Amino acid sequence: MSAPAITAGGTGRTKGFLSSLRGGDAIAHGVAFLFASTVLVVTLVLVWELWTHSELSRHKFGFNFLFTQDWDPGNGQFGALPFVYGTILTSVVALAISVPLGVGAAIFLAELAPRRVSDWLTFLVELLAAVPSVIYGLIAVFTLIPLMRDYIEPLIKHTLGELPAIGRFFSGPATGGGYLTAGVILAIMTFPFIISISREALLEVPRDQREAALALGATKWESTIQVVVPYARLGIFGSIFLALARALGETMAVTMVIGNDTTLHPSLLASGYTIASVIANEFAEASDNLHLSSLIEVGLVLFVITIIINALARVLVIATSGKGTARTS
Amino acid sequence: MNRLAYRKAVNKVMLTLTGVCTVLTVSILFIIFGYLVVNGAASIDWNFLTKLPKPTGELGGGMANAIVGSAMMVGLAAIIGLPIGFLGGIYLAEFSGKTFGFLLRYMADLLNGVPSIVIGIFAWTVIVVPMHTFSATAGGFALSLMLIPITMRSTEQFLLNVPRTLREGALALGAPKWKVIATVAVPAAMRGILTGMILGIARIAGESAPLLFTALNNEFWPSGINQPTAALPVMIYKHAMAPFDDYHRQAWAAGLVLLTMVLVTNVTARWIASRGIAVQKG
Repeated sequence: MSAPAITAGGTGRTKGFLSSLRGGDAIAHGVAFLFASTVLVVTLVLVWELWTHSELSRHKFGFNFLFTQDWDPGNGQFGALPFVYGTILTSVVALAISVPLGVGAAIFLAELAPRRVSDWLTFLVELLAAVPSVIYGLIAVFTLIPLMRDYIEPLIKHTLGELPAIGRFFSGPATGGGYLTAGVILAIMTFPFIISISREALLEVPRDQREAALALGATKWESTIQVVVPYARLGIFGSIFLALARALGETMAVTMVIGNDTTLHPSLLASGYTIASVIANEFAEASDNLHLSSLIEVGLVLFVITIIINALARVLVIATSGKGTARTS
Repeated sequence: MNRLAYRKAVNKVMLTLTGVCTVLTVSILFIIFGYLVVNGAASIDWNFLTKLPKPTGELGGGMANAIVGSAMMVGLAAIIGLPIGFLGGIYLAEFSGKTFGFLLRYMADLLNGVPSIVIGIFAWTVIVVPMHTFSATAGGFALSLMLIPITMRSTEQFLLNVPRTLREGALALGAPKWKVIATVAVPAAMRGILTGMILGIARIAGESAPLLFTALNNEFWPSGINQPTAALPVMIYKHAMAPFDDYHRQAWAAGLVLLTMVLVTNVTARWIASRGIAVQKG
């Protein structure tokens, strides 16, 4: 920035002195750079380690690994389909709940609530994002599971479960744990992201957009949903992608409620596994190399998916608000 | 006219619904905290804080070893992660060019978004496998990897908030850039930077997924950093999943301890941040 200005016009001895000071800057620059580049090095080494340690499984099963559903450590058969299915299903359930709820709350906080109230409520919601995953799991095990088992799952079973075509997705014994419960807890863990970032995006919408709509005779709701929300859509999508990335990789809370079953059940009420929870449960006990290698390979799959979704989310958030990865100065 | 009445009704209903969404989402925090207080407050006593866990089936005992183990691993993570994150943040705020700065910033955000369980696998491959044992070292290393990007980005943000005039004043006096950073920019942003570090530590202290197969668990006092070590979040998980009421009671207590720590640090950090950047006088 202004460093060249200092050295300009130096003569003789002072020039030597100044250049040594610039040398100090170079050293500081170099040291800081070295430490900053750890993130790059760590990420690259992480990919390398996951790649090499999953070699055994990659060679034995190839791409079929993702599309077969036998997970049998006893017989050395590993297919990750049940976990991929569980991961996608729980995340879809989570977003189906948290997107309407989160965007709704974001609209209220950005458009209706007075600024001070809105800031405080947003702070309380953001605190939810700081609550450790294992605490959500703890609460869910002792409150959400009985609630789902005794009231919500029987209700779903006797209504949606009776329908001809889609009934099989809502049938089976109501045990309380399973995909649906995991999805509900993931919804609670992800809406803080949606609310906080969507609200920012909505607050960025220029005032004249709203006023123009209102001047044309639109009601408050019509101006919000037809003008303000479409204007902020990239930021809102970005927040949804961030929430999705979090939901896909979430481990502890899901592991505690999903029921831990390696077979593939289509029903939402059934027990299952997500990628993260099968790793959490089996990794420490896995004894043979093929089992470990297969677990690391599902880890690699999870890593690649979350990286792609995170990267997309950041691009969207940068595009609208100048937050996220963009430099705010 | 009928149409207008309909539109007005839709307006009322939808706006009320957004309010309902807000009430639902905000109330969850109070529900969680309330549940933990009701179930856990009675179980936090002297035994919980000072005794080892009892074997399954016996009543009593505590989680003292897990508290010590958590402190060890979080401390280790802080020793590794905070300096790296701090200096990296200085690079991002003060030295980085456009392209490379963007790349590193992006990488830090991506690393921050990597699922913690995958970080655990990574720590397992580079520490547990060569050392042939689960250890606090591996757990601390895994946690430090989560701390680095958090610290780096928050340090950067707070440095960028330091007014430009302050820097220019020092530069105009002929100070080299490194001296401006060390004696002007960093001290001015120090309160914010420390706040960011504390929030980062609060975040990793609640992590359990990266410790499951790096630090594993232990029923006894830790006697060194190169052996399996208990941690409070892992203990909550194990106790909550065990079929014993006395274990559940202790899981609630540990959950309350953990949540209180997280809430107190976050509220304090918010309070400090709301007072703005402290420019040191003198």
